Amino acid sequence: MTFLDGHDAVGKEFEAETQDLEGIEEVGALKILKRGLNASPELKAGVSLTALMALAVAGGKLLVPLTIKEVLDRGITTSGVNVSSVLFFSLIAMFLSIASMALGRATYYRLAKTAENVLMGLRVRTFEHLHKLSIADHVEARKGAYTARVTSDVETLTQFAQWGAIAWIINSIQILAVLVIMVVYSWHLSIVTLLVHAPLFPVLRWMQRRQLRAHDRVRSRVSDTLSVVSESIQGVDVVRSYGYRKKTRSKLHHAIGDQYKEQMVAQKYFSFVLPITDIIGVAAIASVVGAGVYWGPDWGVTSGELIAFVFLSNLLVMPISELGEVLTQTQTALAGWWKVLEVLDKEVEVKEPDQGMTLPDSPLDIKVEGVDFSYRTGGVVLDNVDIYIPAGISVAVVGETGSGKTTFAKLLTRLADPTSGRILINGEDLRKIDSNHRHRGIRMVPQDGFLFDTSVVENVRFGRNDAKRSEAEEAIDDLGLWSWVDQLPEGLETRVGERGEALSVGERQLVALARAQVADPGLLILDEATSAIDPETEQMLEATLERLAQGRTTVSIAHRISTAERSDLILVFDEGKIVEKGEHSHLVNSKGVYSKLYESWIGNTREV
Amino acid sequence: MSTDSDSERTTIKVGEDSNENGIAKRWFRLVFRSIKAHPIPHIIGISAGNLFSLVVVGFTIVLGRVTDQVIIPGLDQGGVEGRTILGGFIAIVIVGLIRGFSVMLRRFFNFTAVEKTKQTWRLGIIDNLLDAPRAHYWSRSTGELLARVDTDVETATSVLMPLAFSVSVISLILVSLISLLIIHPLFFLVALLLFPILAVLQRLFVRAVEDPARRAQALIGEVSEIAHESLDGVMVVKTIGRQKQELDRLSESSQKLREERLKIGWQRAVFSPLLYHLPNLGILVLLMVGALLVDSGAATVGETVQSMALFMILTLPVQILGFMFQEMPRSVVAMDRIDEIFSIETVQYPKEGKVEKPVDIIFDKVGFSYPAENEDHVKQIVLENFSEKITEGESVALVGSTGSGKSTLVMLMSGLIEPTSGNITLGNANVSELGPDFVSDHIATVFQETFLFALSLRENLTLDKDIPDSDIYSALKVASAYDFVSKLPQGIETIIGERGVTLSGGQRQRIAIARALLRKPSALVLDDSTSAVDPKVEAEILQNIKTETNCSLLVIAHRLATIRLAQRVIFIDDGRVSASGSHDELLKIDDYANLVSAYEDVTL
Repeated sequence: MTFLDGHDAVGKEFEAETQDLEGIEEVGALKILKRGLNASPELKAGVSLTALMALAVAGGKLLVPLTIKEVLDRGITTSGVNVSSVLFFSLIAMFLSIASMALGRATYYRLAKTAENVLMGLRVRTFEHLHKLSIADHVEARKGAYTARVTSDVETLTQFAQWGAIAWIINSIQILAVLVIMVVYSWHLSIVTLLVHAPLFPVLRWMQRRQLRAHDRVRSRVSDTLSVVSESIQGVDVVRSYGYRKKTRSKLHHAIGDQYKEQMVAQKYFSFVLPITDIIGVAAIASVVGAGVYWGPDWGVTSGELIAFVFLSNLLVMPISELGEVLTQTQTALAGWWKVLEVLDKEVEVKEPDQGMTLPDSPLDIKVEGVDFSYRTGGVVLDNVDIYIPAGISVAVVGETGSGKTTFAKLLTRLADPTSGRILINGEDLRKIDSNHRHRGIRMVPQDGFLFDTSVVENVRFGRNDAKRSEAEEAIDDLGLWSWVDQLPEGLETRVGERGEALSVGERQLVALARAQVADPGLLILDEATSAIDPETEQMLEATLERLAQGRTTVSIAHRISTAERSDLILVFDEGKIVEKGEHSHLVNSKGVYSKLYESWIGNTREV
Repeated sequence: MSTDSDSERTTIKVGEDSNENGIAKRWFRLVFRSIKAHPIPHIIGISAGNLFSLVVVGFTIVLGRVTDQVIIPGLDQGGVEGRTILGGFIAIVIVGLIRGFSVMLRRFFNFTAVEKTKQTWRLGIIDNLLDAPRAHYWSRSTGELLARVDTDVETATSVLMPLAFSVSVISLILVSLISLLIIHPLFFLVALLLFPILAVLQRLFVRAVEDPARRAQALIGEVSEIAHESLDGVMVVKTIGRQKQELDRLSESSQKLREERLKIGWQRAVFSPLLYHLPNLGILVLLMVGALLVDSGAATVGETVQSMALFMILTLPVQILGFMFQEMPRSVVAMDRIDEIFSIETVQYPKEGKVEKPVDIIFDKVGFSYPAENEDHVKQIVLENFSEKITEGESVALVGSTGSGKSTLVMLMSGLIEPTSGNITLGNANVSELGPDFVSDHIATVFQETFLFALSLRENLTLDKDIPDSDIYSALKVASAYDFVSKLPQGIETIIGERGVTLSGGQRQRIAIARALLRKPSALVLDDSTSAVDPKVEAEILQNIKTETNCSLLVIAHRLATIRLAQRVIFIDDGRVSASGSHDELLKIDDYANLVSAYEDVTL
């Protein structure tokens, strides 16, 4: 089922989705970071103090090589060991080490807190933004993707925040600090170290790109496997009773085999390239020792400095190889972040007025003036629609799939705004009406009858934000639904299940109608269900609808012939235009679109 | 369609409640199964890991020697020969290369073993599912079964990833302790004090985050559920104006999640500087002890340097070992869920089946009931004592209110499920003995829920059978699908599904009917298969089937016109045949007349 009748738009959105990851490399990490900083004020809060603390923590990690150098140069000399000086330096270092431990605790917690605040803020804001987007942005194909933005994408960022982000902050500061100390000890040896490490950067960059692509391929193999598996499960009856089992098995085996092969390709980088960091680190140590001893006397290098250098090299290798390990994670996190940011960048089309107009409690009239509607992606759905609907009458909207009738109804409830033209309700531009008044005064009952996973009575109460339980019961009473409620396993407290699926389609509609009754709207818009409803529920639905419609203006998107027959006015939509309007008796004899629809409708369903 | 999901859940709970010893034992069994299935990569990986341990210690020895024989004499004692320096350089490089090589080997073979294990288990799950009894699918959602193949396999094998490394860590610790003991007992003593403390701290950390981690995991689920429900029902949220309440709901859960995560963050902030700095303190103690030993001539500077280097190297592996312990419970629980699938008793498909002419379908006192959900529930009877005969070439409509057992009857006829009592025979052969494979040669069923694969239309129609194009087109014509298919950009080669062309419900139903017709069945079963088709087209299709084929036709329908087309109507009430005869005859029965008159206005 699609929410607005446009399949092309769905297709395009889907393509955009699959290209997201590939586009990420062109976007660039800096741009994402900049946009991300703007989207999360929590990130900036106290950032300088955090940086200062991180610097001190990284400094703490250098204590050991610094002490080794001092001890070896001043405490243990060729002339013997100066025990008191060794103890002096070591004890100072121990004290500083403990201090650094305490500072480390404060810093790590501060980082964790910032990260959690950022993630929560991002999640909540994205969710809020998604709810503000017009219904035209919520096409069926994007639903999963939108849910992923506030769940798995944010989770990817969380994982990154817990390891990768902290690694980047602490390690890059540590690398810098190590380099500074190295230069202070001996700039000659520092150059040697840097020269040996130099080839590492192009190698890592190359690997990162390859690895990213390899991971992308793995991901698509995984989703291939999953779609074959889910097909085989959902289509189990067809698979078994059409002799398709053998082929299905071979498809599954292939998919799993391909996934394995792609994993093995991706792991090559992890297995063979990353250890190069380690090898280069050792080569650096060897070069420092070699060059240090050979040229040391000329460069003024002491043995303490040289040994400290060896330990410092180790402090350089560890953060570099850790950064190598988090590169992929960083890329995925950036991609996830960008996807979230893109949602936040999506313009909200339906803007609520600051000081909205009110609506009376009485039936409402509708004036539609030159309304056009088309998708962002193109494709005209409504084309210059003009109509006046007086208060209190019942209107049936008919037309084939794609004629624009559903979109018309959606515009009346401001699920989206017209591309041009305007809709006046009770003489006020719909866009200027306060949202609370709109929600109460204009109520649409969508055809899928979506319910929240809670009790029947709670779902009815949701009809109005401040509705009491007694009002929900009253609504059920008004619509004469007790006989239905009473036969539910737990009456009003019966849980309706996910999406309301513990109830039948017809029963869900009943709850949705009661929900509308609680709101007591002046304008009721009904999207009739197309799917088969068992006859008993069907009869009850009709009676309920009739009661609900009393004393309101009603607009029904009719899928049933009786609805059209009963209504005061029929609007016939074709290719985005109202092509005919009038009463049933008048239209049926006019030999136009309606009479043709009527013929195919009535076809041979009725006994003549 | 959930029948015995409760009883399934209890088996999983047994696993979660087990004590720690149980987990270690089950972990060991899991590892052993993987090693048994793929011994070679595991053995090479673990051997390479042990080589790594030896080389790491070797590296510190080389470093100590170089300090004593190259650095100290070279810088403090008036210089050494160029050859000695070169020797030191080469020694470090060689040991470094071997170390890097061992890391590569370990990673490659360990990874290979893990991936091979994943593949083996995934194939095992798939094979069992393909041959599992049909009823098995009722108790599980698609999402649940997908999770078995995907996340459960990943989680179960996640303890295998650090396996080779962990084994090498244990040998690394042993070798290091020995080498420290050789240098000087005092160094050994410092290590003996330090490492147990590290191990205990690591264990404490894992314990401390266990609870908040579990709660956070549950909250992630909660946040996902809210987001999923809220965005899934975005239209309703908008129409009833609940945006703010939905936002509050999500904020509240996110806030709770944030708090749990911060608890983990706090523990991490406490433990990770401790775990980092304790070895540093150890190194400083070594430095002091070393100075005293050098002073008394009991150790050299090089030996002290070597010991310090060992300490530095040992900190990280100890942490890795801790993380493997952390993963253990999750992995063994996932393995239990996988084993649940492995333990399914699969269906044995018959190798041959002979169906005699005429292909009459006879139901002889057929009964069917779903298994009881649990002890408190009675089993749910769907069909009872159902007897009927459908002769070859006859057209029959099956009428009954919702839940009267019509669809169950269809499943029984196609051999997908077996009756709990009585027999169904097809041309004198028992359907249960034929199995779906042989039944499908004679009966083609179009199920209530149209299922098309994300393949081309051609593949959807042929389903791997060799069928000439002319047959495909004539079947499409009979199903009134030819016109819209020929308008598709690639005709029958058009791919349908998410990435391809979307078909409407009615179009999908017509494709499914064509697919059934292509089997050239002796009986065609339509289970409400034209519900989304325009009534006029529906009549056309049924008329085509009557004139173009001579198979028996069994339809379940909700439209009067469809029912009227059948030669005979079987009226089912409460799982039994209530009446049988022509539509007009049955109209005399009140229940029947009420039911079908209610169908009258229900139309698209």
